[in-house]
Parts: sequence; C-alpha cells; structure tokens
Amino acid sequence: MWDLVKKLLFYFGVVLIVFLSVFPFYYAVLTSFKTGTSLFQVSYLPSLSTSTWENYVGVLTNGSFPRNLLNSLIVASITVGVSLMIGVTAAFALARVRFRGRGLVLMTILGISMFPQIAVLAGLFELVRAFNAINTVPALVFSYLIFILPFTVWVLTTFMRDLPVEMEEAAIIDGASPWIIIRRVFLPLMWPALVTTGLLAFIAAWNEFLFALTFTTDNTHRTVPVAIGLLSGASEHEIPWGPIMAASVIVTVPLIVLVLIFQRKIISGLTAGGVKG
Amino acid sequence: MTSQNLNVTDARNAPTVKVLGTSELTQERLRAAMWFLVPMLLVLAVVAGWPLYRTIYFSLTNASLTSLSGATFVGFDNYYSSTTLKSGKVLYDGILVDSDWWNAVWNTIRFSVVSVVLEAFFGMIVALFLNADFKGRGIVRAAILVPWAIPTIVSAKMWSWMLNDQFGIINDVLKRLGFIEKGIAWTASDATAMLAVLVVDVWKTTPFMALLILAGLQQIPKDIYEAADVDGVHPVKQFFRITLPLVRPALMVAIIFRMLDAMRIFDLIYVLTPNSSSTKTISVLAKENLFDFDKFAYGSAESTVLFLIIAVMAALYIWLGKVRFDGGDR
Repeated sequence: MWDLVKKLLFYFGVVLIVFLSVFPFYYAVLTSFKTGTSLFQVSYLPSLSTSTWENYVGVLTNGSFPRNLLNSLIVASITVGVSLMIGVTAAFALARVRFRGRGLVLMTILGISMFPQIAVLAGLFELVRAFNAINTVPALVFSYLIFILPFTVWVLTTFMRDLPVEMEEAAIIDGASPWIIIRRVFLPLMWPALVTTGLLAFIAAWNEFLFALTFTTDNTHRTVPVAIGLLSGASEHEIPWGPIMAASVIVTVPLIVLVLIFQRKIISGLTAGGVKG
Repeated sequence: MTSQNLNVTDARNAPTVKVLGTSELTQERLRAAMWFLVPMLLVLAVVAGWPLYRTIYFSLTNASLTSLSGATFVGFDNYYSSTTLKSGKVLYDGILVDSDWWNAVWNTIRFSVVSVVLEAFFGMIVALFLNADFKGRGIVRAAILVPWAIPTIVSAKMWSWMLNDQFGIINDVLKRLGFIEKGIAWTASDATAMLAVLVVDVWKTTPFMALLILAGLQQIPKDIYEAADVDGVHPVKQFFRITLPLVRPALMVAIIFRMLDAMRIFDLIYVLTPNSSSTKTISVLAKENLFDFDKFAYGSAESTVLFLIIAVMAALYIWLGKVRFDGGDR
C-alpha cells in the first residue's frame, strides 16, 4: 500500500515536471491560432471552430518577418562557420600539444566567454560606426564571435581531449604533419562533436539580443529576437499578441525539433560547455 | 564546464603521445600548435580585447554618443567627483553617489542570488527524478529541454502574455481558484515585477541546471547506495550523507557559472518588464545611458564596473576552486 502511494507521488512529480516545462509553449501555440475577440477569452483547450491560420499568414506575408528570419539564418550560419574553422585547429593545439602558457590561454578563453556583453558594447559600437557597418551582417558576425568563438574552442577542446591517442601516434610514426593529422585523423572522428558544437553555437547566435538590438536600426535588418522583442502596436493595449505568438512558434519549432533529434549529443555538449541558451 | 572537465585533470593518468622521442618532432608540433592558435588569439584580441579597452577608456572621458572622437580625458569623474561651490557647499557626482546605480546594483544582486538558489533547488529535484530508473524517463528529459531551447526573447513574450493583467491565463486560473478577485498586473507593478522575472528565468534555466547536476549524479557509483541499503540507511539520510557531498563539486561549478551569467542579465528584463525600476539591472541601466540618454561615458563607466565585479568573482572562483587549466594533457 505504502509502495503504491510512493509510486503515485513519484509519477505525480513526473507529470508536474513535464506539464510545467511544456505548458507555456503549448499555450503560445494555442494563442497563435486565435484572432479577434477569441484572443481575449482565456481558453485551455484548442477549439477547431475558432482556430485560424490568419496570424501565420499575416506574419509570413506582411511586414519584414521573413526578412528577419533570413537575417538570423545568415548571421548565425556565418558566425558558426567561422568559429568552427578557427576553433578546430586551436582546439587541436590546446588539447593535444603540451606547451608553456597553455593554461593561460585556456583561462583567457574561459574568461572571455564569461564577459558581460555590456562591457564590450561601447567599444564595439565605436568600431561598428567607424566602419559604417550599422545594419550590416559583418557587424553582427563580428560581435557574435566574442561569445561564440570561445565557446566553440572550449567545447571542441574538451571533446578532442577524449579522443584516443593510438591513431595519432600511428600517424606521427608514419610521418604525418600536425595539419595532416587534424585533417585525416581528427576531422573524420570529430564529425559528431562538430555537429553538436555547431548546433549549440548556432542556437546561441540565433538567440542573441543585445548586439542585434544595438547594431541594427530598421526592421529589414533586424534579426528575429529583436523583431519579436520590438513587435508592438500603436499603444500598450494594442499589442498584437496573435502575430507575436505565431512568430514565436515559427522560430521555436525548428529549434525544438533539432534539440529533440540531437538530444543526447546536446546534453553531452551542454555539460562540456556550460552554456545557457 | 563540468567538474570532471575542469578538476579531474590529472596529467599522470592522461595518456600522452609517447612517440615524441626526437626533439625535432616536438619542435615541429610546438610550432604547428603556435600557428594553429594565432588566428584564434588574433580574432579574440580584436573582437574582445580592443572593445573592452575602449569601453574602459570611454569611462574615463566625457564622450557622448554624437562625438565619440571628440572625447577628452576627465579621469574618474564618471565614477566619483566632487566640486566645492563658492558658497562652500560640496556637490558630489558620479555613479558612486547615483541612487539609480545603487538601485540597479541591488536589483542585479537580488535577481542573481534568488534565481540561482531557486534554480539549484529545483534543478536538484529534476535531476533526482531523471537519475531514477522509470518508464518514460526519455519523455521527461525531452520535455525539460523545451524551455532551454526556446529563445529568451520568445519566452519573455510568451510569459508576458500569460501574465497579462486582463487576459492572462495565470490571473484567470487564480481567479477561478478564488485566490484573487481582480487581475494582477504582474509585469507592470513594482511589487510583482521582480517576481515575474524570477519565475520566467527559473522556468527557462532550471533544465540547464538539472542537466549539469544530473551529469554529477551519474558519476556516483551505484554500489554505495546498495551498501547503504543493506545497512538500512533511510533514503533521506542517504541523500544528505552520500548524494549531496558527492555531487557538490558539480553543483558548485553549475552554481558559479549560473551566477556569473545571471549577473549580466539583460534581454529577459528588457523585454518582460521594460521601464520598471524595481527590476532594472546594471546591464539594462548601462544600455540606457549609453544609447538612450546620451550619457555614453557614464554608461561606459557602469559597464566597466560590472565587468570588474564579474572579473573579481571569476578570479575568486578560479583561485578558491583551485581550478587547474593545464591538465588533461594528451
């Protein structure tokens, strides 16, 4: 009897955790299908009669939202590509070669990844303005490297440390140079790590807000988080909740799908890198 | 950065490439390593080092948004200055005597401490659930990744809709249950704005904490618990005597990293509770001064102080935690 109660309590906890985790997103989806007066009647279950695709059609055809999606995609992809390219070789040096000052380099990387973004904002703004780069992709990529690059290097270094040494030894005996070792020995082994790191870095870049807010000034150049954050109506009481929720669902669903597909890899990457989305 | 990555860096046990007998090979590897590091170090110097230096420089000038290049050096006036008037009255100026600044400092500290404590507490509970063996564990793990995957701005918007004073579902539930009669303006009223921010942050970040703690829990050998069971140790006592001490290193790392992260919070507060002085943190205040109030130098000074606070905390952590960066060598 007592065992049954314990089991029931346990599963009650399980259900509660799942419910609390998922409910806000469920409610956003529910709201995104509502328009007009039904938007302002609280409902708990979806109803087919009042559901409409109107918000989705509106967000995707009017205004600059498709453009914002494209901007986010471009900026995040380039940032991640550049970081991975620079990161793989740096991680090889940090994980596989013993040299003086390695601890210092690692500490610097970790330190930079903990920088408050605001601390570099003024200096970055000066640079961006000096190069006339307000509202450009390079300005965002450049600023995103501050947190994406250290993160990429750190996670790749921890992954690379865990690879077996035997193959590297064999390659060295065969006379392979470090560059060949990276390309022929490590890269083929590193694909899963690269995908995981790339995905985590992509999510971080995709979600960035402060730099994008500061370095873009008009709607067509904004990234998705800024566009959603600034979507507003004429007054406080006319906030377009329907379209906001539709836009939110559109940017979140791909992330959730990716995260669920790569679940296990993401969890191992997260615990290796200590990031917050 | 879990404990095993940072702390368990025992070079003695780490397998190292041993064929590097000839010094020529070692030399070649060292040279290659240097060249591999140069691009990264250069990029970091340009994207992080230089802007940080400029921010600190601006904090010592009278720069304004419209004339960055025309800035002149004013020393520490943005931090603290006093002028004696002819009448003998002394005027103080600078962030150290600015009540908005201190308000932001307390908000930042309050938010960081409370959110991290709550996240550690709930994260531990979720991690204990995930560490148990039961049907549907995969579903729970997938479900808790949802809040983590949702962009911060999106979660701020989702929650500000749920917390809406007139049409929000949370007020609706509370009214139906009879706890309140009139809807509460959670995000707008000064009394509840911080609560709203904390709820959203805890919701969004507890999963991350749970996963870090879970990684620590999974390192604990199962036979310890078996032995404790044989000895008839009560599960609650097992938790406090076995689990907690053994998971503490992982927990501490998670807490410190979250703490450093919470200290710089900007986006959630900027979107969820704009214009509320009861939630305005250092980052939000500095951003306003930099770009909205045309007090560029003043905002730079505030950014610099936040940087110093976080740098000192990080240094303390590295020093006290005896983190070793130079191990795990291969």
